[in-house]
Amino acid sequence: MTQKTTIVVHSGDMDKMFSAFIIANGSMAMGMEASLYFTFWGLNRLKKGGLDKGPLSKMNMLGLGRRMVRQRMEKANVAKLEQMVKDFKELGGKIIACEMTMEIMGIKKEDLRLDWIDEFGAVGTYVNEARRSDITLFI
Amino acid sequence: MSQVNLDCRGQNCPVPLVEVRKALKKAAVGDVIEVVGTHPSSKKEIPMAVDALEQQLLEVKDNGPEWIIRIKKVKG
Repeated sequence: MTQKTTIVVHSGDMDKMFSAFIIANGSMAMGMEASLYFTFWGLNRLKKGGLDKGPLSKMNMLGLGRRMVRQRMEKANVAKLEQMVKDFKELGGKIIACEMTMEIMGIKKEDLRLDWIDEFGAVGTYVNEARRSDITLFI
Repeated sequence: MSQVNLDCRGQNCPVPLVEVRKALKKAAVGDVIEVVGTHPSSKKEIPMAVDALEQQLLEVKDNGPEWIIRIKKVKG
């Protein structure tokens, strides 16, 4: 059976989004499957136009730190999040959106990038993915 | 059988690895993928991926600041 990486994307922070997608895409590049479960602040990043709107997890300094890190990333030629999601989907990655978060935060299906989301679910969906996974992370 | 050329020069983590995977998906069995890049870790990680994907590593060589890796798709 193909090995799998499952990640809970709880944080919506910009830097952590990069971590999640780099690990997921790296996993698939190494022949594994990847599944991302977006919940709480992470779900905001699946809103239309919200993908790269997250703050920096540390030293955000009202967006100043974030801007500096973005400039450094551009200089280091780091791929854009939009491209990473495109690669993620092309390599067959699966995105699950947490229904409870949608309820709590008043997010409607039409607010979300439905072209990215494969499934809406709850903890059972996550556990069902994670129990068959070789790598599980909470970001 | 054909050769696919990938230019990943200047690209950072995880792009060279991902581009190789995408190219392997699209290639036909027997095709050769030649990737050129500058990202240091990818030089050792692409062969790891080739091994994990059970494909054939033909060559890893240096060309000044660049590396060139040749891979043959042997498995569908």
